[in-house]
Amino acid sequence: MKPAYGVWGLILLLIIAHQDIWFWEDTTLVFGFLPIALAYHAGISLAAAFTWYLATQFCWPTDQEPSVQRKETP
Amino acid sequence: MPQLLIICGYLALLLILGLGASRLFRGTSQDYMLASHSIGPFLLLMSIFGTTMTAFALVGSTGEAFKEGVGVYGMLASSSGIIHSLCFFLLGVKVWKLGKKYGYRTQVQFFRDRLESRWIGAVLFPVLVGLVIPYLLIGVMASGTVINKVTAGTIRDGQVVGGTFEEGTFPQFLEQAKNPRSDAPASFTYGSQGGVPKPLASLAICGIVLIYVFLGGMRGTTWANTFQTLVFMILGLVTFVVIAWRLGGQESFWASLQMASNSIPIEKLTRTHIPPEKFFTYMLVPLSVGMFPHLFQHWLTARSAESFKLPIFAHPLFIAIVWVPCVLIGAWATSDLISIPPPVAANPNAVLPFLVKQLAGPVLSGLLTAGILAAIMSSLDSQFLCLGTMFTEDVVRPFYGQRSLSDRQQLLIARLFIIGIVALTYALSLFEPRRVFTLGVWCFSGFSSLFPLIVAALYWPRLTKQGAYACILAAAGSWLWLFCASDFAAQANFTVNIPVPTAIDLDGYWQLMPVAAMIACSTVTMILVSLLTRPPSQATVDRFFPKT
Repeated sequence: MKPAYGVWGLILLLIIAHQDIWFWEDTTLVFGFLPIALAYHAGISLAAAFTWYLATQFCWPTDQEPSVQRKETP
Repeated sequence: MPQLLIICGYLALLLILGLGASRLFRGTSQDYMLASHSIGPFLLLMSIFGTTMTAFALVGSTGEAFKEGVGVYGMLASSSGIIHSLCFFLLGVKVWKLGKKYGYRTQVQFFRDRLESRWIGAVLFPVLVGLVIPYLLIGVMASGTVINKVTAGTIRDGQVVGGTFEEGTFPQFLEQAKNPRSDAPASFTYGSQGGVPKPLASLAICGIVLIYVFLGGMRGTTWANTFQTLVFMILGLVTFVVIAWRLGGQESFWASLQMASNSIPIEKLTRTHIPPEKFFTYMLVPLSVGMFPHLFQHWLTARSAESFKLPIFAHPLFIAIVWVPCVLIGAWATSDLISIPPPVAANPNAVLPFLVKQLAGPVLSGLLTAGILAAIMSSLDSQFLCLGTMFTEDVVRPFYGQRSLSDRQQLLIARLFIIGIVALTYALSLFEPRRVFTLGVWCFSGFSSLFPLIVAALYWPRLTKQGAYACILAAAGSWLWLFCASDFAAQANFTVNIPVPTAIDLDGYWQLMPVAAMIACSTVTMILVSLLTRPPSQATVDRFFPKT
């Protein structure tokens, strides 16, 4: 499997993991101060950053530097 | 008074920065509007992040967490971390490539070419401007509230004590306001409370941002955005530490954090009052970044495609750094550790500035306020600049022809239009305030309903001119209809309810965010009309979808 498919799979997984109905009524405080609903979604943000880093490494299009096809506008 | 002096000092610093950027201004409209495509990864990250994190992120998120609890983070922050970067990746890089290749400065120019329609701007331009106005309104309203609350006195036994200004310093209409929850006459207690009156504070912020945008153009705006983003991120974290420590009241910071969070009422820790389907459809709201005109313009400033890499993966991290502390602070404000007076509780936009004022000393609260204002102004500037660019490029130049106006005339026209729109927004801000968060969600929902258009324009060769017109009209029509149904955002928890069997949902209906209905409406209309009308010419398809 190409790494790019894996990265897009991770992004889909993040979208699914975002719907955390399992923590809907949970009042646990992680480390004694961070409500679990907030801690979990902060974790989603960190996971998103890592996944998007992978996307820039493995899914980056190769033809992104265009040749300019116009006269310079003032 | 120290707070006011610090705020004035910060605003003066911004003007100096704008002046510095104006010395590097190359004098062309290309430099004024797009900084000559010279922005590298770090500046691009800071300007894009600063632009997307507005009063909504600081003032709005704290106020909404105060009202609805910690679920607010999942509703918009973590979803934005996924969706915003998705838009930068799939849309931003492609838009930049086409913009650089064909010389686009605005969305309308791109759509005009892609759709082979000279008049697409006549429909798209008013819709985009109409949606930017509520976005501007958020910043204008919030800046007035923040400055007012930080310079205001406290209320003891129904009297204002310790304000910066005595009652009677300003005309009565600036100092007095009505309690929105009663029919009692307007009073000083519900008005300026000895602080700078909101209308004056909002006016000052509009003036400052206008001046540095006019002086420095896109280069000045990018510099100011970067500076302000750094300021609000650093001071935001300081605010969090100070509020946590003072509110928890323990010896160590850690113990104070635990004390503050242990005091949050249970209903604010859970999401029992948020239907899961509503939470799910909230995820469609961040799609708005795909159609923000000011973000489109920021994308075009990039030096190269590589410049996008850092913003794409750092954006979710930055969102967490700003939103987690704000949501926690909003939830702490509901605890019994602090008493929120009724005028503040009635206006969630005032919760953050109230806490800053109450829990930090005068000097520190002045600095922290500068941080909050930095977040607000770093969005206003891009929006102001973008409005001017759109008006010049999409209305004036097509009307007068490409070469009939000098650069100087174009800049003048752009500036006059910006002043006109800011004056209109300012006038709207004087009416009864709405919750920043609610107004923000309506504004973003409108842009999200146009998201199918940009995706189809970039990835679906079969999109036709008629399909695009139908999409824009369906998006604008459904937005207007639902916005009116919500009593112009006065119903903060307005949803579109879809009947379902009770076997699926015990309530007998699904409560969806209005954005879901709008996107469905615009997408279906666009696809159907495109399929029923003549496809675009082969030349256009070859131009925008070259075979590799």
